[in-house]
Amino acid sequence: MYNYDVIVIGGGSAGMSAALEARKNGAEKVAILERDSRLGGILNQCIHNGFGLHYFKEELTGPEYANKFVKLVDESDIDVYLDTLVTSMTKDKKIVAVNPVDGVMNMTAKAVVLAMGCRERTAGAIAMPGSRPAGIYTAGMAQRLANIDGYLVGKKVVILGSGDIGLIMARRMTFEGAKVLAVLELMPYSSGLKRNIVQCLEDYNIPLYYSHTVTRAKGKNRLEGIYYAPVDENRRPILEQEKYIECDTLLLSVGLIPANDMALALGVETDPVTGSMAVDERRETSIEGIFASGNVLHVHDLVDNVSEESAIAGRYAGEYSKGVRENGRPYSVKASSGVRYALPQKVYSGEGKVKIFFRVGNIYKNAKLVVKSGDNVIFTKKYMILSPGEMEYVLLDKSSLSGDVSIALEV
Amino acid sequence: MDRMETICIMCPMGCSLTVESDGGNISVKGNTCLRGKVYGENEFTSPKRVVTSLVRLEDGGVVSVKTNGLIPKSMIGDILRTIKDVRVKKPVHIGDIIIKDVLNTGVDVVATSVREQ
Repeated sequence: MYNYDVIVIGGGSAGMSAALEARKNGAEKVAILERDSRLGGILNQCIHNGFGLHYFKEELTGPEYANKFVKLVDESDIDVYLDTLVTSMTKDKKIVAVNPVDGVMNMTAKAVVLAMGCRERTAGAIAMPGSRPAGIYTAGMAQRLANIDGYLVGKKVVILGSGDIGLIMARRMTFEGAKVLAVLELMPYSSGLKRNIVQCLEDYNIPLYYSHTVTRAKGKNRLEGIYYAPVDENRRPILEQEKYIECDTLLLSVGLIPANDMALALGVETDPVTGSMAVDERRETSIEGIFASGNVLHVHDLVDNVSEESAIAGRYAGEYSKGVRENGRPYSVKASSGVRYALPQKVYSGEGKVKIFFRVGNIYKNAKLVVKSGDNVIFTKKYMILSPGEMEYVLLDKSSLSGDVSIALEV
Repeated sequence: MDRMETICIMCPMGCSLTVESDGGNISVKGNTCLRGKVYGENEFTSPKRVVTSLVRLEDGGVVSVKTNGLIPKSMIGDILRTIKDVRVKKPVHIGDIIIKDVLNTGVDVVATSVREQ
């Protein structure tokens, strides 16, 4: 009864794009399993604008971007299961899922796309010292409470971490009447977009302290304040310079963790840097017929890239369900010397082009990117600036591949 | 002489700009390309933004909204206060006009998400 060509786990931007593309490329029966009570994922709570400039060539808010895909899914014959939790999955693509309408569903698929996105790092995950009173939230949780449920989580706010969600929430809380006292960033630079630093902090005179962190949270029932201090070059707090700010809320924007537990439990091959699945250029994992895309693979800065990457995963999952297999010669892709990671981790010889995303580990100015295949240099490009906060990509000619690929920086 | 410091957002370089005016001429320093000069001048003379926020629904809950065009940065506070006083009835659909020509800016506040009955 629940037998599908392709099952997509997750109904956010990645899942919807993958499902639509799978349907277009051979899969006749496609299902999306979504835990929330609506499609769209995190986009639904990202009510700010700036989405879609690349993919739709217009500037949209998160819900508007999501809705463009929701409409396409609604118009298609893709089965959408909402309020649905996947409880188990096997290598031969048997999935058990449960929801209040259908009960327990034993499902099978010829191909699976993992599109579960990521979770936020918590106070526990960063081992933040001090007590745990009410008033400490991850930035995304506070965003959901504000923008979907209509609750403001506090009035006097400190934000730890200058990732984009933290910056966006600084402006959001200000708009709703809260006072954002400071944003503290452990690193000497922000992982957030420049545009957000200007339009979310500078526009409202919110101070951003680089190389600072929270040293203790204070408060018994409700947060009363936080202690903070500058950090040394090893990112250890200099406690002699510790200061105190009175506040009732601390928001954490300290990184995201791929929600890939289920895939890791299957023993899928991983990339030690992303901590998530390693995939080939078709976004297939090391387990045949199981594909993955979006933030569950690596954290994207732009949803436009998630849609694009997930279309790749969906296309090949659809083809796989019809028996199409890759027959190019495989070459590994490795990042080194300044390039923190590259994805996909495997490419194939053949025709056309393959896009490789990469992220650098530090800020580099006037750097040269060198891509080698075997001993041959097949691509170089000079950059005025490369920053860890901005994912970059190179387009390689597949016909130029003659050996394993390395991507490195020459500074 | 008026003076402003900001970061250029046109690309990841994020040049630190200093914009100065002696009444007539505007000079931009710190930029490394022409786009930075234009950005600096605009931010100095007439900075504009799209505002996104929330409107309360009559029977509880919220729906997200935006200005469907750029408004002067100096008007953000006034527009937010205007938005706060409004209550809307479900159903709401994307693009529904919540406030027409808000504060005579020529820009409408429109819904950006769906709230069905």
